[in-house]
Amino acid sequence: MDKTINLTLKIWRQNGPKEKGRFETYQVSDISTDSSFLEMMDILNEQLVNENKEPIAFDHDCREGICGMCSLFINGRPHGPDEEITTCQLHMRKFKDGETITIEPWRAAAFPIIKDLIVDRQAFDKIIASGGYVSVNTGGVPDANAIPIAKPAADEAMDAASCIGCGACVAACKNSSAMLFVSAKVSQLALLPQGKVEAKRRAKAMVATMDELGFGGCTNTGACEVECPKSISIAHISRLNREFLRSRLSE
Amino acid sequence: MSILNSKIPEGPLAQKWTNYKNHQKLVNPANKRKLDVIVVGTGLAGGAAAASLGEMGFNVKNFTIQDSPRRAHSIAAQGGINAAKNYPNDGDSVYRLFYDTIKGGDYRAREANVHRLAEVSNSIIDQCVAQGVPFAREYGGLLDNRSFGGAQVSRTFYARGQTGQQLLLGAYQALMRQVNKGSVTMHTRTELVDIVIVDGKARGIITRDLVTGELQRHFGHAVVLATGGYGNTFFLSTNAMGSNGSAAVKAFHKGAMFANPCMAQIHPTCIPVHGEFQSKLTLMSESLRNDGRIWVPAKKEDAQAIREGKLKPTDIKEEDRDYYLERRYPAFGNLVPRDVASRAAKERCDAGFGVGTGLAVYLDFKSSIERLGKDVIEARYGNLFQMYEKIVDDNPYETPMMIYPAIHYTMGGIWVDYELQTNIPGLFAAGEANFSDHGANRLGASALMQGLADGYFVLPYTIQNYLADEIRTPRMDTNAKEFVEAEKSVKDRFEKLLNIKGNRSVDSIHKELGLIMWDFVGMARNEKGLKEAIKKIEAVKKEFWTNVRIPGNKEGMNVELEKASRLADFLEIADLMARDGLNREESCGGHFREEYQTGEGEALRQDDKFAYVSCWEYRGEKEEPKLNKEELVYENVQMLQRNYK
Amino acid sequence: MSNFLTSSIGKKFIMSISGLFLMMFIVVHLGINLLLIFDDSGELFNLGANFMATNPAIRIMEPLLALGFIVHILWSLIVSFQNMKARPTGYNQSKNSSNWASRNMLVLGCLIFVFLVMHIYNFFYIIKFEYQNLLEVDIDGEIMHDSYSLVAGLFKTSVTYCILYVVGAILLGLHLGHGFWSSFQTIGFANKLWLKRLQVIGQIYAIVVTVGFAIIPLYFLIKF
Repeated sequence: MDKTINLTLKIWRQNGPKEKGRFETYQVSDISTDSSFLEMMDILNEQLVNENKEPIAFDHDCREGICGMCSLFINGRPHGPDEEITTCQLHMRKFKDGETITIEPWRAAAFPIIKDLIVDRQAFDKIIASGGYVSVNTGGVPDANAIPIAKPAADEAMDAASCIGCGACVAACKNSSAMLFVSAKVSQLALLPQGKVEAKRRAKAMVATMDELGFGGCTNTGACEVECPKSISIAHISRLNREFLRSRLSE
Repeated sequence: MSILNSKIPEGPLAQKWTNYKNHQKLVNPANKRKLDVIVVGTGLAGGAAAASLGEMGFNVKNFTIQDSPRRAHSIAAQGGINAAKNYPNDGDSVYRLFYDTIKGGDYRAREANVHRLAEVSNSIIDQCVAQGVPFAREYGGLLDNRSFGGAQVSRTFYARGQTGQQLLLGAYQALMRQVNKGSVTMHTRTELVDIVIVDGKARGIITRDLVTGELQRHFGHAVVLATGGYGNTFFLSTNAMGSNGSAAVKAFHKGAMFANPCMAQIHPTCIPVHGEFQSKLTLMSESLRNDGRIWVPAKKEDAQAIREGKLKPTDIKEEDRDYYLERRYPAFGNLVPRDVASRAAKERCDAGFGVGTGLAVYLDFKSSIERLGKDVIEARYGNLFQMYEKIVDDNPYETPMMIYPAIHYTMGGIWVDYELQTNIPGLFAAGEANFSDHGANRLGASALMQGLADGYFVLPYTIQNYLADEIRTPRMDTNAKEFVEAEKSVKDRFEKLLNIKGNRSVDSIHKELGLIMWDFVGMARNEKGLKEAIKKIEAVKKEFWTNVRIPGNKEGMNVELEKASRLADFLEIADLMARDGLNREESCGGHFREEYQTGEGEALRQDDKFAYVSCWEYRGEKEEPKLNKEELVYENVQMLQRNYK
Repeated sequence: MSNFLTSSIGKKFIMSISGLFLMMFIVVHLGINLLLIFDDSGELFNLGANFMATNPAIRIMEPLLALGFIVHILWSLIVSFQNMKARPTGYNQSKNSSNWASRNMLVLGCLIFVFLVMHIYNFFYIIKFEYQNLLEVDIDGEIMHDSYSLVAGLFKTSVTYCILYVVGAILLGLHLGHGFWSSFQTIGFANKLWLKRLQVIGQIYAIVVTVGFAIIPLYFLIKF
C-alpha cells in the first residue's frame, strides 16, 4: 500500500519583493504516495534545514482545503494536477516516480511576491472592504426566520459563498482577472434579500476597487471556473455584470 | 483568593446577564473615539469583537498572523452552530441548551457564564442571517436544523459542511466594513510577541512583523486576546499549522492565570494517522454521526484479518459487527458526546478490535444510504466524502470510512471572570483562548456559538465596564520604559533562539513533544505516566534550548524562527497540561484518569474534591507554577454522573 | 456614465454590444451571399446586392457598421493592452484549462482583420469606387451592376482566393464560437442554465456561419 517515489523539484526562489528570483532544482527521495503535497514540501524543508540552508517559504495553514491560505502553481496549474481541491489536499499519488515538478508562485501584478512562493493577496481584502458585506451593525436585527428565502436562492448563494479567497482564479486567468472572486461575493449577497438592499452600490464599489488594484478584465475564457477548488461557476460573473450594469444605468 | 473574583452578578440565574447589562458602566460616544482597544486574532471571537467594537466607535487595532483576517482557523469548523431557537418545535429552550452544555461539560463550567451563552445564542443566528450568511433552508424558505452529539433536540444551524467558514466570513465582512470606515486598523502577518503591563494594567503589545521581522510597539487602553486554543502542543491535531498558544503563554508569564490546561478535547471522528511524515490530522464533521454508524468487528480474528488486508470491511456480516456505541449507550447511540465516543473507540482498539493500522474504527453509511438514498447522503455530506476520498483514496459511499480520535479543541485557557477579563486588569480573553464555557468537555457546534457570543454580544458590553474608568487615561507614548523594556526582552529572546545554532529542526523537536503528549497526556492518563511526562517534557525543553537549528536571521521573513518561538511556548503549555492532569485526581470530560473510572469504564468525577477550576500562576522560570482554585458553585443544576445510556 | 465606460466591465460591455451588432450584420451578409449558390444565373444575388446598395436604410447602416468595426477593433486593443499589464511576469510552465479560441480572440481578431481588408479590396471597394469597370445587367427592366460575375469570377479563376476565403470563414467561426455566448455573458444575460444553452447556440451559430461562408467559394471551385 505504501509506495514511495523520487522526484526532482524545480522551485521558484526569491529573497524579497524587490529582488530578482530564479528557479532552483532540488531532489527528494522516498516520498510516500500517501503523503500530501505540502508534507512533501515539509520533507524538503527539513532536508534544507539539516543542510543549514534556508527552507522554502510557502503559504499554508489549515491543510484541509478551507482557509484558502495555500497557493502554488504546480506543473502549470494552480493547486496542481487534480480537480476541485487546494494544494494542501493534493496527494503525491498524483505524481509519477522520477517526475520533475515545477512549482511557481501565483503571478499577477495585483499579487506581488513577498518571498519565494508567498504572494501578497491583500488586494482581495481591499475589494471586500470596499463593499463585500451587508451594512448591518451588531444587534437590532430581525428574527432569523422573519424573511423566508427560497431554497434554490439560498443554495445558489451558498455555492457562491463557498469561495475561499485563495486566488487560484486570478492565477489561472490569462488576464489575472479577479472577476470570479468579486462575482462570488456580489452574487451571494445579491441573491439574498438581506444583501439585495445595497446590491447596486456594492457592485459599483467592488468593481471600482478591483480595477484600481490592477487586476485585468474578464474575457470569459472560463479558466477560473475550471481551476477553482470550490468549482464556483462563471454564471456568477454574468450576475455581477448584470448588477454592475444595473447600478451604472440607474444613475 | 481575592485575585480570583469571578464577578458573577447577583440575582437568579436567568436574570444575571440582564441585571449586569442594566447596571454596568457605559462609555459615551465622544469618549469611545478616544479609547484604543487592541484585539489579537481575527477568528469568530476576535473578528466579531473587533467589528462590533469598531461599530460602537472605539478605535480598534486588530492583529492576525495570517495574510488576511479570513484565514483564522474558525473557518475550518464544519458541522454547525447551536442556538435555542426551538424552530423544529422539539422542546428546546434556553434552559435546556444551558443544561445540556453544563452536563456535556461534565459539571466543570461556571453556571452563570453558560447560561449567558445560551441566552445570547438566538441573537447570533439573527445577526448572521442579517449579514447574509447562507444557512441551509427548507423548501418553505425557513431555516433548517440538524441534531448533534450530546443533545436530544435538533438545534444546530448549518451551512452545508462549511458552517465555520460562512460564520467567519460574515464576521470578516463586518470587520472589513469597519476597516473601510477607518474604525479598525488591520495588521496582517503580524504576531503578538509580548504584552506590555503598565502599573498593573495591560496597556499594549509588542508585535513582530512577519514579513520584515521588525518589532513594533502598540498602545491600547485594553487588550483582548482572541487567539484560539493550544491543541498544537500535540503537534498532530485538527488545528491549523499556524494555530498556537503563544499569546496565552505571554499572558501567563505576565501574571494571568492559566485555567484547566489539562482539559483538551479529543474529537472522535478524524482521519487516522498514516505515517511519520504526517503534518496534521483532518477532522470529519461530527454531523456524520447523524447518519453514520460506528463499528468494529465483533471477533478479534476478523479484526486481525482486516488489518492484514485479508478481509474487507464489507465482507464482515451484520451479526459479526459490534456497533459498540449503540450497544453501550442505547439512548444516545452514535450521538454520545465527543469524549465518550473517543474513549469508546480507544477502548475497542486497545482491546485488539481496531482496523486499519489497528488504531481506527469504521464509520459506516451503508444503512443510511439504503434508507435515504445516495442522493440524500451526498447532499448532506458530499463535500466531506470528497475530502475523505482525496486524502485516503477510498470511496466512502462503498466502503466504510476509517476514523480515529484526535486532539481538536482545548477547553482550558486563560482564566477570565464573568466579564471575560483576566486577573490582569485591562487584559481580556475571548473564544477558545479563554476557559470559560465548556467545562471539561465541549459539545459539538458550541465552539462557534461561544466564539460569536463572546465577540458580538458579551465582550462589547463587558469591556465598557472597564473602559468607562479609563476615559481620563491619555494615549500613552510607546517610548515609555515599559514598552522599551518589553521590546528589548523580546529581542533578546529571538537572538537567544537564533544563537543556539544546534542540529535539530524545530519540527523534529515538536514531533517528539507531540508523541510524549499523546502517549502520556492524551486520551487516557495516569499518575505514573503524567509524572514521567513532566520529566520528559523538561528534557525536550532542554534539548530545544540547546540544540535547535534556525537558519536565516531575524530580519525579513523567517518561518523557522516563527515556529521555534511558538514551540518554546508550547513546551511551557505541555508542562502545565501534565501538571494540571496530575493534580486533577478524577476523570471528567476530556480529562480521563485511568485510576478514576466506574466499573463500566465511564469517567468518575470527584465532586467533593475537584469541583473547582485549576488556575495556574506563573512564578518565574526556575519556580514551579502555583495552583489557585476557583470553586465552582452550582445553585441551579445538580451535579450528577453523566448518563447517556 | 463616463466612469462606466472606463471600467473593466464597461469596456467589455462595448466589446459585447459592438460584437452583437456585427453578429447581426453577419447573419444578413450570409443570407444575401447564399443567394450566390441558389441561382446560377446570378439574378437573385444581383437583386439582393442591388437592394442592399440602394436601400436608404442601408445607407444609414453602412457608416454605423463601419463604426461597429472600428469600435470593436479599437476597444479590443485597449482591453488587451490593459489585460497584459495585469500580469507583468508570466509562468514558466502553464497548462491552460480554457479553450484555445477564448484565449486567442485578439489573434483571431487580427487575422480576421487582415482577411477583412482583403475582402473589402476584392469586392466592396470595386463595387463602391470602381463600379465603372463592372458589367451591367438588366433584371426586369432595372439596370444594375453585375456583382454576381465579380464574385463568381474571382472564385472560378483563383484557387488561392478560394482557400483564403475558406480560411477566413474558419477564423470567423472560431472567433464567433467564443464571441457569441461571451457577449451575452458580458451584458449579464446568463445564468447557470442559460450559460450552457448560450454556449450551445453559439457553437451552432459559429458552425452555420463558417459552413455558410466557406461553401460559397467551394461551390464555385467545384462546380465550375
